[in-house]
Amino acid sequence: MTEKIIERVAGRACVVRGSDIDTDRIIPARFLRCVTFDGLGEHAFEDDREQAKGDHPLDDERFEGACILIVGENFGCGSSREHAPQSLMRFGYHAFVGASFAEIFAGNCTALGLPCVTLAEADLSALMDSVEMDPEQEVVVDLASRTVRHRGGSLPAGVRDGTRKALLEGSWNATNVLLEAGQEIEARARDLPYTEGFRSQGP
Amino acid sequence: MTSPRSLFDKVWEAHAVRELPDGQTQLFIGLHLIHEVTSPQAFAMIEEMGLPVRFPGRTFATVDHIIPTDSQLRPLADSLAEEMMVALETNCRKHGIPLFDTASGHQGIVHVIGPELGLTQPATTVACGDSHTSTHGAFGAIAFGIGTSQVRDVLATQCLAMAKPRLRRIEVTGKLGGGVYAKDVILHVIRQLGVKGGVGHAYEYAGPVIEAMTIEERLTVCNMSIEGGARVGYVSPDETTFDYLKGRTYSPEGAAWTRAVDWWRSMATDPGAPFDDRVEFAGADIPPTVTWGINPGQATGVDEPLPALSSVPDDERPGFTEALTFMGFQAGQPIAGTPIDVAFIGSCTNGRISDLREAARVAKTGQVAPGVRTLVVPGSQEVARQAEAEGLDQVFKAAGFDWREPGCSMCLAMNPDKLVGREMCASSSNRNFKGRQGSPTGRTLLMSPAMVAAAALRGEVTDVREIL
Ligand code: SF4
Repeated sequence: MTEKIIERVAGRACVVRGSDIDTDRIIPARFLRCVTFDGLGEHAFEDDREQAKGDHPLDDERFEGACILIVGENFGCGSSREHAPQSLMRFGYHAFVGASFAEIFAGNCTALGLPCVTLAEADLSALMDSVEMDPEQEVVVDLASRTVRHRGGSLPAGVRDGTRKALLEGSWNATNVLLEAGQEIEARARDLPYTEGFRSQGP
Repeated sequence: MTSPRSLFDKVWEAHAVRELPDGQTQLFIGLHLIHEVTSPQAFAMIEEMGLPVRFPGRTFATVDHIIPTDSQLRPLADSLAEEMMVALETNCRKHGIPLFDTASGHQGIVHVIGPELGLTQPATTVACGDSHTSTHGAFGAIAFGIGTSQVRDVLATQCLAMAKPRLRRIEVTGKLGGGVYAKDVILHVIRQLGVKGGVGHAYEYAGPVIEAMTIEERLTVCNMSIEGGARVGYVSPDETTFDYLKGRTYSPEGAAWTRAVDWWRSMATDPGAPFDDRVEFAGADIPPTVTWGINPGQATGVDEPLPALSSVPDDERPGFTEALTFMGFQAGQPIAGTPIDVAFIGSCTNGRISDLREAARVAKTGQVAPGVRTLVVPGSQEVARQAEAEGLDQVFKAAGFDWREPGCSMCLAMNPDKLVGREMCASSSNRNFKGRQGSPTGRTLLMSPAMVAAAALRGEVTDVREIL
C-alpha cells in the first residue's frame, strides 16, 4: 500500500521568524487533552498569537491561505508531540522551509507526508524578506529538483535523501514499509537474548 | 581480537532487522512505553489499518501527563482528561497491554517507573511517545523519543525506521564540588554545547564524574540529552547498573540473571572504541547552574551574572533579547537574589527518591518564605511510598511545602497544576520554554531540586552551598 506521492508543494507562503521555536509554542500543552487530532488547527501558535494581539503572521490577512511555512533555525525543538505538525497541517501548511529542523519534528512531518527542506542562510533570509514584501507570489517547494523556487529565483534546498525518496515514492507511511520485513521481525526478536531468555514474572 | 566498539554500535547492530530502501535502518524495539497523551491516536491508526499489536508483551502503559496531583479519584474532574484515561484503559484492555494505573501501586511518570520496575535494561532499545525517553539511556539502553505515527509503527511492527546518528562521547573528568548535582552537570553541558549542539547525535556520557554517579543521577543526565538536541544519550552499563537492577520486579532472576549480566557486560563500550567526536568537561568547573532564559541552554552559574550583550554573537542577539524581555531580566545582572513565586520539585528529571532526599535536606533547615507557593510531586507511587517511609513527606510539610500525588504536574501543566500570570517558578523540571508551565507569560528557572528547596526557603534564587 502506498500513500500519496509528494513531488512538490506550491502556493503562497507565510513567514514566522525566530530560532528555537519549540513545540510547546506551536501547540500549547493544554490542547493535548484530546483523543483525536481533529480540531487542533485553530490552536496553532495560540499563545504567541494571543500575546501578539493580532500581530502574529498566522493572523496576518496577507498570508491567509498560505500552504508553506517559512521558519528559522531549530524549528520544532522540544517535546515530541506530533500534535505540533498536526496542528500546522490542519491550519493549512503542507511544507516547511527553514534553516534547520529539530529531528523528532522533522520525522513527525515525514510521517504525515509534509516535507521539511532547508536553505542556506543567505537564501533563507532573502526568501523571508521577499515573501514578507510580496505575499502574493507563488513559492514552490520542489522535492524532485531539490529546489525552492520563487520570484527571486531557484534556490538549492537541502532534504535528507531517505526522506525525499519516501515522499517521492509515496512510501512515507513507515508502518507499511516496516511490515514488509514480515517474519524477519520475529526472527530478529528471537536472536536477542533478552526476548525469551531473561524472562521474569512481573507483579 | 575484534576491534573495539561502542555500546551504541553493538546495540544498533543487534537490533537491526534490515536496511530500508530509503537508507534508514529497521530497528527492533525491545521495550515500548506508552501513556495517555500520545497513544490514543496511534491505536486509532492501527485499527483503521486493520492491524493488531504485534508484540503486546513488549508494551507497557501508565498514566502521568494529565493525572491531577491532588485528588486522583475517578471520574476525573476534567472531562477531557477523563476521556483520555478511558481511551488508554480501553486500548490496553483490548490489546492485552499491562497498564500501571493508580490502582496498581506502580503508577508514575513513564520515565520513573520503567527504571524502578526493572523494565529498562542494558543493551536494549526503548521507545516512548515522549521526548525525554532518552532518560532510559542511564542503563545503557538506546532510547528514542518518538511521535504518534511512530507509536503506531511500534504497536504494529515493534520496529522503528531510524537513521543512525553520529556518536559523541562527553567525558566529565575529576570530581564535582559540594552542592553540585547531576542536574548541574547536564545544564552545564547544554549551556556549553548549545540547545542545537547535539542535533543528529547520540551522546555517550563517560568519565570519572559519570562513573561515580548513581543510576538515579545518570537518569537525570540522560533525561535532558534532548534539551541539548541529542535524541539519544546513554551511559555504558557497569556494576552500578547491575546492582540497581538486581531484584527489581521485571529483572531476570537466578540463572537468567547470570546470563543477563554476562550479556550486558559483553555489550558495554570497549576501551578504545571509536567515536565521531569527543568533548571534555572538568567536573570542578561546574557550578550550581540556573537557567535565566527561555531555552535550557540559556543558563548561568548561580554565582555568575547573566551574559553581557557584548559577549553574545550577533546572530544570537535577537533570541537573547527576546529571552531577557520575556523574563524581565537585564543583561549582566546577577541571577542570585531573583525573587520567586512558585517552587516545583518533581518531574522525570528530578522526581526520584534521591532528589526528594536532597531537597528535604535543605527543607529541614527552615520554612518556606511567605508568599511562595510550593509543590513537591513524587515521580511515582513507589517514590511516594519510599519517601513516606523515610518521613520525607513530614519534613516537607513541616517546612510548609505542599506534598502531592505522583504525576508530571507542573512540568508541562496539562493537569490543574499551573503557573498563573507572570509568576516566576524555581523548577526542578527540564524545560523553561515560554508557556511550558501552564501560563503563556509564566517564567521558569531550571535548577537542581536542592536549589529549588533553597529558593523556596529564601523566596529568591539562592546558592544552595550557603545552606548545605
Ligand atoms: S515529567 Fe515532564 S518531561 Fe517528564 S514525561 Fe512528564 S511531562 Fe514529559
